[in-house]
Amino acid sequence: MEDILSAKEISSDTSETTRRIREEPRRRSKVSIKGVNAWFGSKQALKNINLEIEENTATAFMGPSGCGKTTLIRCLNRMHEMTPGAKAKGQVILDGIDIYDKSIDPVIIKRRIGMVFQKPNPFPTMSIFDNVAAGLKLNGIKDKKLIREIVEESLEGAGLWEEVKNELDKPGMGLSGGQQQRLCIARALAMQPEILLMDEPTSALDPLASSKIEELVHKLKKDLTIIIVTHNMQQAARVADRAAFMYLGEMIEYGFTKQIFQNPEQELTERFVSGKFG
Amino acid sequence: MLILVAFAVGEGALPIFSAEGFQFVIRTDWNAVYGRESFGALPYIIGTLLSSAIAMAIGVPISLGIAIFVTEMASHRISTPLSFVVELLAAVPSIIYGLWALFVFRFWVRDLIERPLYEHLNWIPFFDKTPFGLDIFTAGIVLSIMIIPIISSITREILLVVPNSQREAAYSLGATRWGTLKTAIFPYAKSGILGASFLGLGRAIGETILVTMIIGNAIGPAAIPTTLFSQGQSLASLIANEFNEAASDLHLSALIGLGAILLLLSMIINIGARFMVSRMVKVVPGGRE
Ligand SMILES: Nc1ncnc2c1ncn2[C@@H]1O[C@H](COP(=O)(O)OP(=O)(O)OP(=O)(O)O)[C@@H](O)[C@H]1O
Ligand SMILES: [Mg+2]
Repeated sequence: MEDILSAKEISSDTSETTRRIREEPRRRSKVSIKGVNAWFGSKQALKNINLEIEENTATAFMGPSGCGKTTLIRCLNRMHEMTPGAKAKGQVILDGIDIYDKSIDPVIIKRRIGMVFQKPNPFPTMSIFDNVAAGLKLNGIKDKKLIREIVEESLEGAGLWEEVKNELDKPGMGLSGGQQQRLCIARALAMQPEILLMDEPTSALDPLASSKIEELVHKLKKDLTIIIVTHNMQQAARVADRAAFMYLGEMIEYGFTKQIFQNPEQELTERFVSGKFG
Repeated sequence: MLILVAFAVGEGALPIFSAEGFQFVIRTDWNAVYGRESFGALPYIIGTLLSSAIAMAIGVPISLGIAIFVTEMASHRISTPLSFVVELLAAVPSIIYGLWALFVFRFWVRDLIERPLYEHLNWIPFFDKTPFGLDIFTAGIVLSIMIIPIISSITREILLVVPNSQREAAYSLGATRWGTLKTAIFPYAKSGILGASFLGLGRAIGETILVTMIIGNAIGPAAIPTTLFSQGQSLASLIANEFNEAASDLHLSALIGLGAILLLLSMIINIGARFMVSRMVKVVPGGRE
């Protein structure tokens, strides 16, 4: 918690510096993906993916349907292997530690890496408050006061506090779709993750609700590293510092968002970003 | 249909209720000798409820365990044949369980469970009777064996309906398997599981043949169980035992009166089950993908 507070202070800088930092070519590497392959049964969904993801950036994964975007982010928190018959090989190095190392407990990894899903999936029997507190309780935190503080802070972080502060005991399912998705973001933030994985978080939402989530991405990446899968190229252009283009399970191109959109190296990327397929 | 049945049963039971009034429900004697007839249903109500309670106490946790194991833990190679076996057991007629219990299983219960309980724990009043193997306790255990396949196969289906997105929501928060069960799966499936249990309870309460074979068929005040190892009698088993040889109209009406009580009990349970399941359905639409 201290960490998040101090990080917030540090990051309350002017937009001028933010822009400078964003354009600065090298930041600390947060995740490095090395030779990742993934399968569903005998079908290979990812082929030798290599990628460096830098701290406090938003990275967008783009590509046509079925190219493996979801599979790739699910490999980053070891969720992929929970699908029956699915397996993954390779290294995903988080702060110098390979999360696929045999000594690593996949449960612990998920506490450091939050995930937001394509369709909002709050726990339907729980109140707004309990939804956000669910992860804390799962991890054995019992201190009521601490839980309250973190719930409030997380709802604020997800831009939902003002809307729900007077109805924390109401069921989470009573919220609108966009609010539910921000509730799920708050639920993930409550774990104080270092990385937030978002799989098409706005695809089930209307434009207004989507733009709220996009604003959130901007705000949140000051404190954590965001990886967002999106179908929507305008969205990628708006929220992402880096963009990766995938095709048929391969990483075709990765770079600054601006460069990917305006001056891609690969012809395939060029055709995709100009809307010729996908 | 139900109304017709209820009407017929009510009509058949009318003489006994007009002869004995509410006393019929709380009296304990049962005398069919002409001229000295008096009938009370209490021992059989107790016998029914107690044997079913034992069946539930044993059956529900085991059924839950089986359903959880099959849906959440076992690999496909194990879970597919296992669920097949469970479905198969659910289809076995109760008389088969009854025969097996009568000729084999009751001796196991007597020697492996009842005797040790009696020898070591007879200072607890429940266990203070030399066990014989044909008693309420054995009936409860055999009933539990009968309802386990039913409850666990329905519970299995309910767990299969819990969307994967719910499980993943919990896993993504760093939940263990157990944490996922507790946080995502149980709350979602709770009312459905309760409904499944009520369904099993309904079966246990109404079960006739199997209970008749095992419960000991005591009559009158002797049928009030003082220990778990007492011979008892359930509503359904007494009806089955005496219906063919009902000595008088009043005797017949008394048996139908037992039927009326049984019908009432099962209806209460059924309505309870329905209520639970409807609460589940209310939760589901929003939560479903
Ligand atoms: N559970 C699964 N079982 C088998 N194959 C799967 C499964 N999930 C995905 N796949 C396959 O793996 C490949 C990659 O799928 P993935 O879901 O990662 O694509 P995606 O880029 O996220 O697509 P979309 O944009 O439609 O979400 C696809 O060919 C898909 O058919
Ligand atoms: Mg996808």
